[in-house]
Amino acid sequence: MKKTFRIGGVHPHDNKISAEAAIEVFPAIETAYVSMAQHLGAPATPVVAVGDKVLVGQVIAEPSGFISGYVHSPVSGTVKKIEPRADIAGNMVPHIEITVEGDEWMENIDRTPDIIREIPYTAEEIIAKVKNAGIVGLGGASFPTHVKLAPPKDKKAECLILNGTECEPYLTSDDRIMRERPEEILLGGVIMMKALGVTRGYVGIEENKPAAIASMTEAAKAYPQIEVVTLKKRYPQGGEKQLIDAVIRRQVPSGGLPIETGAVVQNVGTSLAVYEAVQKNKPLIDNVITVTGKCLPVQHNYKVRIGTPMSKILEVAGGVPEKAAKLISGGPMMGRAIANPDAATVKANGAILLLTEEETRRRPESNCIRCSKCASACPMGLEPWLLNKLGRAGLHAELEQERVYDCIECGCCSFTCPAGIPLLDVIRISKAEVMKIMRSRPKK
Amino acid sequence: MNKFIVSPSPHTHSPESTQSIMRDVLIALTPAMLVSILASGWSVLALICVSVVACVLLEFLIQKYWLKVPVTVTDLSAAVTGCLLALNLPPNAPWWIAVIGAIVAIGVAKMTFGGLGQNIFNPALVARVFLLVSFPVIMTSWDDAGSMFGIVDAFSGATPLGAVKEGLKNGATLSQLTADNLTFSQQFFFNAGGSAGELSAVALLLGFLYLLCRRVIKATIPVTILLTVFVVSGIFWLANPERFTNPVFNIFTGGLLLGSIFMATDYVTSPMTTKGQIIFGIGIGLITVFVRYFGSYPEGVSFAILIMNCTVPLLNKYCKPRRFGEVKK
Repeated sequence: MKKTFRIGGVHPHDNKISAEAAIEVFPAIETAYVSMAQHLGAPATPVVAVGDKVLVGQVIAEPSGFISGYVHSPVSGTVKKIEPRADIAGNMVPHIEITVEGDEWMENIDRTPDIIREIPYTAEEIIAKVKNAGIVGLGGASFPTHVKLAPPKDKKAECLILNGTECEPYLTSDDRIMRERPEEILLGGVIMMKALGVTRGYVGIEENKPAAIASMTEAAKAYPQIEVVTLKKRYPQGGEKQLIDAVIRRQVPSGGLPIETGAVVQNVGTSLAVYEAVQKNKPLIDNVITVTGKCLPVQHNYKVRIGTPMSKILEVAGGVPEKAAKLISGGPMMGRAIANPDAATVKANGAILLLTEEETRRRPESNCIRCSKCASACPMGLEPWLLNKLGRAGLHAELEQERVYDCIECGCCSFTCPAGIPLLDVIRISKAEVMKIMRSRPKK
Repeated sequence: MNKFIVSPSPHTHSPESTQSIMRDVLIALTPAMLVSILASGWSVLALICVSVVACVLLEFLIQKYWLKVPVTVTDLSAAVTGCLLALNLPPNAPWWIAVIGAIVAIGVAKMTFGGLGQNIFNPALVARVFLLVSFPVIMTSWDDAGSMFGIVDAFSGATPLGAVKEGLKNGATLSQLTADNLTFSQQFFFNAGGSAGELSAVALLLGFLYLLCRRVIKATIPVTILLTVFVVSGIFWLANPERFTNPVFNIFTGGLLLGSIFMATDYVTSPMTTKGQIIFGIGIGLITVFVRYFGSYPEGVSFAILIMNCTVPLLNKYCKPRRFGEVKK
């Protein structure tokens, strides 16, 4: 029996049409726009000035709080501007604009393809290297990785779970790196296990990626401490809580941190970045982005420097077809609609998806028929139909009692609703309101 | 560049719609309808047509001219109600019975509560019970309407459950009545007598299988009802086989299969959680057996479902799904 999580879930068509497209290095760009909000938490503070020459991998911004991170220059050239620029949603965020001149890298970065297997560093050294390389979770949440590698003193990590589920339809960047660079991913895992002081590691991969499972299993023969776990195809298996439940059968208590189950989850892309940072001194300056959509004639998986405008990526990928009606950063279930295609990529961007009007059309809303499909689909065991009713009535106390704050916004409820009710839209707003009320209460 | 749509996630939706679900229910009802048309001839087909047209037309008229709200008859829910209503009538019932049934089902039981999704009671069942108490003779006469194509022998007389009840009332014991009773294959494939939809267990089970495969319904409610009926009637039967009919007979005769597969599973009037659905099913099973054994009507499925319909809001309030992280840490 293949493993999976125990509550809810849906089966959207996986549409992994870009899975056979090998990773291509994206051509050099003329200007990079590096956002200071590359991570969850406080935006970084620039440490370069207009006119400064920078090299690839050079620090250009420093963390401005505990949950924050370093930002490195993805290109070599001259700092042209430091000013607010619109991100994908159109919000103004400080950016460092760099005019590209050549491709000169910092000298200490090892750019050879040799795999370095020996890990001579202590846990503290690893965490410092990860922090200095500006690594964030590449699964989407962009939580600073070094924070996750140093759990609170009273919590004990017992195992590391690498997230290779890629449960979102269409996305294939993790699939590609698992096929093309399996050993480096596993070494990244070994490095993080050393930092956490754990001896058990897992890689969770969904069954719809047989090539990735084969290549990771083959590579894992040399790393017996890491087990490749084949999981059933089921969305949202890549959710941190769902993955922990699927792999080690423990559920994160409501309101608690994942570490309370003893598990630390890291995306396989993050693991590769950790390997490169620790063994090759390479900071996080590029990532693999899937450019896909049924309306695109050719599918791509590009290795793109951070700060590349999305419009540029689309242009190189062959242009935006006439019938593309929606651009999405990420997958169709949890990705964000791109309002501003000129926005530059950030570290956690994993895909640009193009959907036609027909593919993304919302059904007109009709009466709830109380089929309870939303409740069956909710991976958190909530009742979206009820939260929808309470939310529309503004009943905050009842919403809290029904644990609206547990919602992970995976979209299973809206996806599954036969009456076309925008359940998640209502729940998301209600959740924000309730959490604001909860935060405003004096702490016990 | 093109203009792009910007809206919150999810950006894709399941192809399943209210309409596709209702269409599946109609498909699932087809075997039962075919059997009853083959058995009773064109009169049943006419009854089904009248009932469906009346239900759909009535919903259309009420929405368009009375309530002045968007017309939603294309969701096919009124058509499902129409089919279920027809299948709950005797095959030879006059056509106007279906029209009155439609007025009660759609006009009273559905639209007064606010239309689809808002009604407390199953509309087709409300209509059936209304007709049963208003036109008891028509609703309980099972005269042969003439077999179509001669495939099935003509039949007449009471339903199996009615015959048993009548016989017991007249002082007969079940062993004396078994001569008139049905063989198992009769019970399973075709039993003469009963409402249009109750004739063939196998046709109803085919529909059940289809609904399960299409994931339109879960098996919880029907299975709980059937298990409860089987166990409870089994206990009575073991205690006194002369007085109480056997569990297999109880499962395959009367409206139990039709009711538990198609009426008790009505989304709107059944509980939302598995826990609630189990309690709901046990309740229906218990009430059915008690009405059949001790009530004055031979059949109790309709009453059982309607009574349990009342408990649904309460079951929804107290039976919560298992929350993530609620199990041991």
